Amino acid sequence: MAMAALRREGRRFVPLAYSPTPINAIRSTLAPTEEQVGLGVRSISTQVVRNRMKSVKNIQKITKAMKMVAASKLRAIQVRAENSRGLWQPFTALLGDTPSVNVKKNVIVTISSDKGLCGGINSTSVKISRALHKINSGPETESKYVILGEKGKAQLTRDSKNDIELIMTELQKNFLNYTQVSVLADDILKNVEFDALRIVFNKFQSVVSFLPTTATVLSPEVVERESEAGGKIGDLDSYEIEGGETKSEVLQNLAEFQFSCVMFNAVLENACSEQGARMSAMDSSSRNAGEMLDRLTLTYNRTRQASITTELTEIISGASALEG
Amino acid sequence: MFRQAAHRLLTRSTTIRRLYSTEVATDASSGDSAFVEAWKKVAPNIDPPKTPIQFMEPRPPTPSTLPSKLTVNFVLPYAAELSKAEVDMVIVPATTGQMGILPGHVPTIAELKPGLLSVHEGNDVKKYFISSGFAFVHSNSYTDILAVEAVPLDRIDPAQVQKGLSEFTQKLSSASTDLDKAEAQIGVDVHSALNSALTG
Repeated sequence: MAMAALRREGRRFVPLAYSPTPINAIRSTLAPTEEQVGLGVRSISTQVVRNRMKSVKNIQKITKAMKMVAASKLRAIQVRAENSRGLWQPFTALLGDTPSVNVKKNVIVTISSDKGLCGGINSTSVKISRALHKINSGPETESKYVILGEKGKAQLTRDSKNDIELIMTELQKNFLNYTQVSVLADDILKNVEFDALRIVFNKFQSVVSFLPTTATVLSPEVVERESEAGGKIGDLDSYEIEGGETKSEVLQNLAEFQFSCVMFNAVLENACSEQGARMSAMDSSSRNAGEMLDRLTLTYNRTRQASITTELTEIISGASALEG
Repeated sequence: MFRQAAHRLLTRSTTIRRLYSTEVATDASSGDSAFVEAWKKVAPNIDPPKTPIQFMEPRPPTPSTLPSKLTVNFVLPYAAELSKAEVDMVIVPATTGQMGILPGHVPTIAELKPGLLSVHEGNDVKKYFISSGFAFVHSNSYTDILAVEAVPLDRIDPAQVQKGLSEFTQKLSSASTDLDKAEAQIGVDVHSALNSALTG
């Protein structure tokens, strides 16, 4: 028993001395331990596999916990997002939806998350924003970015640094509410000149499906121009205007209110999509960790049994050599 | 136990995918075709994003005869108070005064000031105090009322209203900068509107 223990101790040090690639033995998984057997060393260290199994199990626990946290946050914010859906519908009913409007100054408001590990939703938003930018920058038109969220900022500052007007991060630090979003909208309206605002966000349709959406808000001058030109907003003229001194004043207030309402809904929907995407990402991650753990367990058992077998054969052959 | 099993059977056989009340299937309309065309030219490999109109139920067209009821959508940022409620009349606090809306009202865009909103349905009257917002009346007798905050009248405390009114009147008289004056004026306006709503 003591001799077997001593032999095992010796084996643990031998791989480091004899193997030609000692660093690989620690870093990669299984092939090097088998190479060491070929070099005449009897031991196969199960320690390496055991360490790896421990770390994979920890990862599985962490990702499972993150999934539970995301699920609970999603439940809370989903109710609010659904309740806010009625807010933008009257505007679309009144002014129609004109994403193909052709204006000189476009501003693309990209809504993204602050934290990562949420699947591909931020990359989708950035891709859509870049395509919108391309559609809307021609010889007479230009488009600028307003970015909400760290992840969008990281991706867009890489190649479109000159086109970015305003960046806002850490929106979700305090509870998201209408007052905060309207202050934000006020900031944007004051500092950025625009003819059309295109808000890009991920609409939450279900826990596994998030649809990239773009909502267009036009400035009051463009609304007047489009209503005179006919088309979708054509019958705006038929509406009587009550309140305010002039029609343009009321339209100005209307445009600002529309922007803050649409932004509020967009921010809530994007937050919902972020939590949903994080849930599914962490779920697939913990499932992968579980599969990896199964494979490692099999390998561990195989190596353990192989080493026991080698020991036994040595003892038996030694014993038979002594007798015979 | 049998009742539970029967209930479970019933719900399982008759359950369909529950759609949210404020939206329909996303391919209700194909969206703006000009936009989709322009998109395909620039980014053919990416699907074009959806636009809000695809998520909305289309509104009915203008009927040829006067409808008998008004369809009201009263929405707030955190809830949809009334969604497609059929009522007889609504009275909204427009900036030019209280405005009554009946079925067949001419299409209007009205800016609202803080005041009393009342919804009349037969003999039922529901009163809310709303902060400002907008009201749209469409030609098909659909009315959209959007407000930032709304409280049913019975939840307002008259003592607090008086206190707030005197506080803001004092602030107005001692205000120095334009911003302070404007803020104090707003406070006075809201509290006096609250006062008149409670008493009127």
